Amino acid sequence: MSVPVIAFLVLGLGFFAWLGARAKAAALAAPSVSRRPHSLPGYHGWYVALWAVVPALLFVALWAILSERLIADTVLQSQQAASLPALDMQRAAILAEARGLASGDSIRVYHEQAQLLAPVYARAISFYTWLGLGIALLIAFAGGAFAYTRLSPHFRARTRVERIVMALLLTASLIAILTTLGIFLSLVFESVRFFSMVSPVEFLTGTAWSPQSAAPGSTEGAFGAVPLFWGTIFIGAIIAMIVAIPLGLMSAIYLTQYASPRVRAWMKPLLEILAGVPTVVYGYFAALTVAPAIRDLGISLGIPASTESALAAGLVMGVMIIPFVSSMADDSIAAVPQAMRDGSLAMGATKSETIKKVLVPAALPGVVGGVLLAVSRAIGETMIVVMAAGLAANLTANPFASVTTVTTQIVQLLTGDQEFDSPKTLAAFALGMVLFLVTLALNIVALRVVKKYREAYE
Amino acid sequence: MSEAAPIPVDPTPTDWRDPAMQKRIRRRYRAERRFKLIGLASILLSAGFLAFLLVSMVANGMSGFSRTELRLDVDLRPLAARLTPQQLAAPNAEDVLAQIDFETIMRTAADAQYGERGSRLFSPSGRLVIRDALREDPGLLARPAQLWLPAETGIDQAAKGHGPPELEARYRQLEGEGRSRVSFNAAFLGGADATDPTAVGIWGAFKGSLLTMAITLLIAFPIGVLSAVYLEEYAPRNRWTDMIEVSINNLAAVPSIIFGLLGLAIFLQVMHLPRSAPIVGGLTLALMTMPVIVIAGRNAIKAVPPSIRDAALGIGASRIQVVFHHVLPLALPGILTGTIIGMSRALGETAPALMIGMRAFIASPPGGVSDPATLLPVQIFLWSDEVSRGFVEKTSAAIIVLLVLLLAMNGLAIYLRNKFERRW
Repeated sequence: MSVPVIAFLVLGLGFFAWLGARAKAAALAAPSVSRRPHSLPGYHGWYVALWAVVPALLFVALWAILSERLIADTVLQSQQAASLPALDMQRAAILAEARGLASGDSIRVYHEQAQLLAPVYARAISFYTWLGLGIALLIAFAGGAFAYTRLSPHFRARTRVERIVMALLLTASLIAILTTLGIFLSLVFESVRFFSMVSPVEFLTGTAWSPQSAAPGSTEGAFGAVPLFWGTIFIGAIIAMIVAIPLGLMSAIYLTQYASPRVRAWMKPLLEILAGVPTVVYGYFAALTVAPAIRDLGISLGIPASTESALAAGLVMGVMIIPFVSSMADDSIAAVPQAMRDGSLAMGATKSETIKKVLVPAALPGVVGGVLLAVSRAIGETMIVVMAAGLAANLTANPFASVTTVTTQIVQLLTGDQEFDSPKTLAAFALGMVLFLVTLALNIVALRVVKKYREAYE
Repeated sequence: MSEAAPIPVDPTPTDWRDPAMQKRIRRRYRAERRFKLIGLASILLSAGFLAFLLVSMVANGMSGFSRTELRLDVDLRPLAARLTPQQLAAPNAEDVLAQIDFETIMRTAADAQYGERGSRLFSPSGRLVIRDALREDPGLLARPAQLWLPAETGIDQAAKGHGPPELEARYRQLEGEGRSRVSFNAAFLGGADATDPTAVGIWGAFKGSLLTMAITLLIAFPIGVLSAVYLEEYAPRNRWTDMIEVSINNLAAVPSIIFGLLGLAIFLQVMHLPRSAPIVGGLTLALMTMPVIVIAGRNAIKAVPPSIRDAALGIGASRIQVVFHHVLPLALPGILTGTIIGMSRALGETAPALMIGMRAFIASPPGGVSDPATLLPVQIFLWSDEVSRGFVEKTSAAIIVLLVLLLAMNGLAIYLRNKFERRW
């Protein structure tokens, strides 16, 4: 008997409450009664069922957290636990084994004592589970009974049920705020801890990044993040955009201005597939196919080239970004008033002259907004750079050399041995904070640019 | 305005037959054609890149679905002294079989039949094939058996044309003797991660993805739809509503790795949920998918014409009844389309899963939502790090599976949109 089972039982009880209350309400509405009830029988049913289920489920959720601690306390206070080693790690291991044994998850154990503790555990678990079940059912009965006695022809069941639904809707929409708050607080909290060990000035202006080799206790010269910022900008905002802006913009122009409807109907979804391919696939493609080709190219040009080049990651990322640029450009070109286009064509301009001299300048704010969104997308992209860009924190403008990015380093710092108090781990959250703020700023600016421009034509 | 400078007018009329003018027109038309060609070229380049990506994945990956097998005569009769058919039929047959050293049986037989070091031709996972054969057919305790066992990765690659010349020669020789064959690699679709490329499978990662997506859907769909309803139908225009809207729009644009950091900090460090478990992955991805569903849901609800609401209100429905009885059913196809697109994006996400520890080596499929698991894209990432040539085709094969899955989901979304979408 576990928490889901108890919750299921409570729900079953709620179903019967619903049936019973609906039947009673239907009787209230019988033709012999002079006055018609305020609400339909179904709403009476829902009212009672909600009273039966909601408080009981809240209790079950609370009990699920509480009972773990109660069980552990009971076991630790038992006679058999007196001989447990005081050492934390070993004790936890024995307790976990005993728990597994008691709940039937495992059969074999490595510690003798676990065998001894298992029956104690089993007793405690069953005691607290039955206790929880009892209280939960009691609460469900009490709630249901209270609501049931209130049913009468004058009772406004629908209003009350709708009030609960409204509260549910509001709660659901508050989760978005909670998530934003959660992201912000967890990043701020860990970053503050990081900046109590490493000075923010050094973090933001230092040019040496080597957290792996940082001696414990000393953070001097290991957490200068400038090479990471440069690598991120170099790959995401420079190389990727050199690929994505011309290709995306020209694709959008061709599709909106030149292509026949049939070509457009086929090519547009095809371009959107590029945005739907998982980034890990791009990363693998970049590492397996593009990177070796680029290295060979670099060597044949006589430039020192590395297998994990900025160019490989940037090129592939640029291709990934094409659909974003193209669809934003598409929207903003379509929003240019037809009169402007007609005017230009009537003056004798060719189509391409109209596009270059009228449509694109008029659509420029929207295109710029789209490019900003694309940049924010590119610098937050993780898998392509993790798989193709390398780990060396170089401050170089050579696209054939290996550079590293903010996201690569976050992954690198958080996937090894983890101690949550070391500056190494906390640095990942500080990098995350910078990334979050920069992408947020880019998005806000981009949306504002787009919005301002739209208003100009409406 | 009246003081605007007069525009200077060129008094000579335009002579279209003038050679200079003709030249100018030709130049302008050439520029026009050039511009159009550049547009066509850029779109073909993008499409060509997509085609190149897909073709190279298929070319690399198709061979991952087949494997080379070698024939081996195995004599299990000596086991009859320790094992009876009844034991094999008993419920604890697994434990009994686990105590038998099938590896030595395989090595001895292979060395005897393929010469000195013959056992090196076989994949270590061959012992599992012998074990399963015995479990399937306890009669093997009484007669000699002829089994097809997977070849080791070098021979397997040589058979597919990627091996060094000496191994390819060896394979040709085996093929000539009729002791090898290429068959469908069922273990790849049914197994979990392993250290040997001939033994790996994607079912473990697939199941992990399935469990994670189930949690994501269960959480993100109700919350997303309810908040979309609230924001579109009921929310008063005030500062709170603005805050909710701003945070939803921002969440939709936050990099996925930030959600991974959130999951690490909140779900693992604060709430102490199990590491690497689908429940944590599902919660993290749900927070990421929810804004997508909200935005799609709001657009779908907005598309339902106000006359429907007015008609329902007019015959006495309450505001809740209007939405839940009329607006929501009409908006549902649009909401579902958005949900599927959001889910397919979540299915391809790797970075957040890496943050919450779903990158461990996990050799058995997860049994439940709190078991350690890995995801399909994470499995691709893990295999891509392996050096052995055998993993290249497995990685590409896993990518093919993932892409087919995504294609199916997006196809479903497009079908739903075309079938149920109504233009009012």
